[in-house]
Amino acid sequence: MTDVRVAGVGLTPFGSHPERTGRDLFGEAALRAFEDADVDRADVEELNYGNFMGALAEHQGHQAPLMAEAAGVRCPATRYESACASAGVAVREAVRTVAAGDADVVLAGGMERMTNLPTDEVTEGLAIAADDLFEVRAGVTFPGAYALMANAYFDAYGGSREDLAHVASKNHENAVPNEYAQYRKEVSVAEAMDAPPVAEPLHLYDACPITDGASALVLVSGEYAERHDLDAPVAVTGTGQGTDRMALGDREHLARTPAAADAADAAYADAGIEAADVDLAEVHDCFTIAEVLALESLGLFEHGEGITAAREGVTTADGDLPVNLSGGLKAKGHPVGATGGSQIAELTRLLRGDHPNSDRVPDAAVGVAHNAGGTVASAVVHVLEVAE
Amino acid sequence: MSDDGADPADDAVPADRDYADWLDALADGDGFALVCSDGHGSLPPRRVCPECGAADLSREPLDETGTVETYSVVHVPSPRFADDAPYATAVVEFGPTRLTGIVRDGDRGSDATPDVEIGDSVAVDVGERATDGERLVVFRPAGES
Ligand SMILES: [Zn+2]
Repeated sequence: MTDVRVAGVGLTPFGSHPERTGRDLFGEAALRAFEDADVDRADVEELNYGNFMGALAEHQGHQAPLMAEAAGVRCPATRYESACASAGVAVREAVRTVAAGDADVVLAGGMERMTNLPTDEVTEGLAIAADDLFEVRAGVTFPGAYALMANAYFDAYGGSREDLAHVASKNHENAVPNEYAQYRKEVSVAEAMDAPPVAEPLHLYDACPITDGASALVLVSGEYAERHDLDAPVAVTGTGQGTDRMALGDREHLARTPAAADAADAAYADAGIEAADVDLAEVHDCFTIAEVLALESLGLFEHGEGITAAREGVTTADGDLPVNLSGGLKAKGHPVGATGGSQIAELTRLLRGDHPNSDRVPDAAVGVAHNAGGTVASAVVHVLEVAE
Repeated sequence: MSDDGADPADDAVPADRDYADWLDALADGDGFALVCSDGHGSLPPRRVCPECGAADLSREPLDETGTVETYSVVHVPSPRFADDAPYATAVVEFGPTRLTGIVRDGDRGSDATPDVEIGDSVAVDVGERATDGERLVVFRPAGES
């Protein structure tokens, strides 16, 4: 297995950019990634691009060649779709390609355009990540599905809306210094508690915003990095993926996400680490309850114990295990098809020391990224380590 | 066009036929799951059991009443449910499988968020969306008819 290095990362500011085309968003992220990497575009051997609802949002299918143009690369280009884990699977295949020695340089990432659609159409668009026949036609929305998981969690293990409000408040606080974040404002626990309901028990501040944005990573082999004298201190040392039954009601347990546990087991084994080695995590908090479920599936907390992690300060910036120092999907934003790439970009910056929140984790050496699709019918986990 | 396929222009042949047939059965009080020899239940169409791959699936009736395993009151609906919100959606166990649907209070005859709790006993039926009349799975408190 070849060493896989993150040579460069690029993000657009996450937010509301209804006037910008998808190609412009991804073009910007790729440009920044190449600037950061100091890698020649002509060396790129593959483009792996994640996108979920481009056909709905901008009537554009077949996006990969378009994004290769936007990035200024000419190489085999493929679009990956796995709902909110679209970029996660795109990055994973890039990692596997480089690790297998099939390419020295792969550009990976994703893009999503959402705010140009009316909110109800976004709600409808996101719902297609669930089972159309047996969930969507039965009234399940995306927030509704996570609300079903939240109530099942409360019933199985206890916990309260206030515990979830602490997750929201923590992630908003983390986003304040992050120049790429959509919401750089603090939200108090009381404000989160008082917000209007979306799908009970989840209220407005339990949910991630609707976001436009793109992410791009230049991944290279260790050999290539050495040959070109690249400054690429962070390595992707583990990758894993898991799949579960599509419909929430078909899962063994309504308050657990075993696809993420499978992905984590595989990624940890790939990296040769254990959960106890993890210093910080970027997890898929599309809803506050999702962060709780992620922490438990990643083996960072026992089942039933993740719910109080934010409230007790374990996962806050000053805690033993900071989670979502970027602000998470919750406050940084969630351009669906870009999110998995942005998590790796943020972890890389945090570990390299050039993220505004790097000083909260000066000694961190091992980071984990958790990206989930739908109600975690798909999950991708990556392990990043400081290699030098 | 070959004559062994359905003509999409023919109104008598529903789109998503297996789902439509399953809803018809549910509406007739003959709701069923497909069950393999290991007891895994699933909903049609299935060629094999999604849990174990067994191809030998039998049509087994759902339990008369089910137990609410989780629920949520949805306030922000998709456009297809615009006039239905707020409504309570629930996941209910009916023996060989779980079903997802909307809880309705039969007495009130409306979607006005009924008092639903985990552990409640409900019966399953087919109702209509307020928004556009499309059929959907509904649950009613057990004992009502
Ligand atoms: Zn089976």
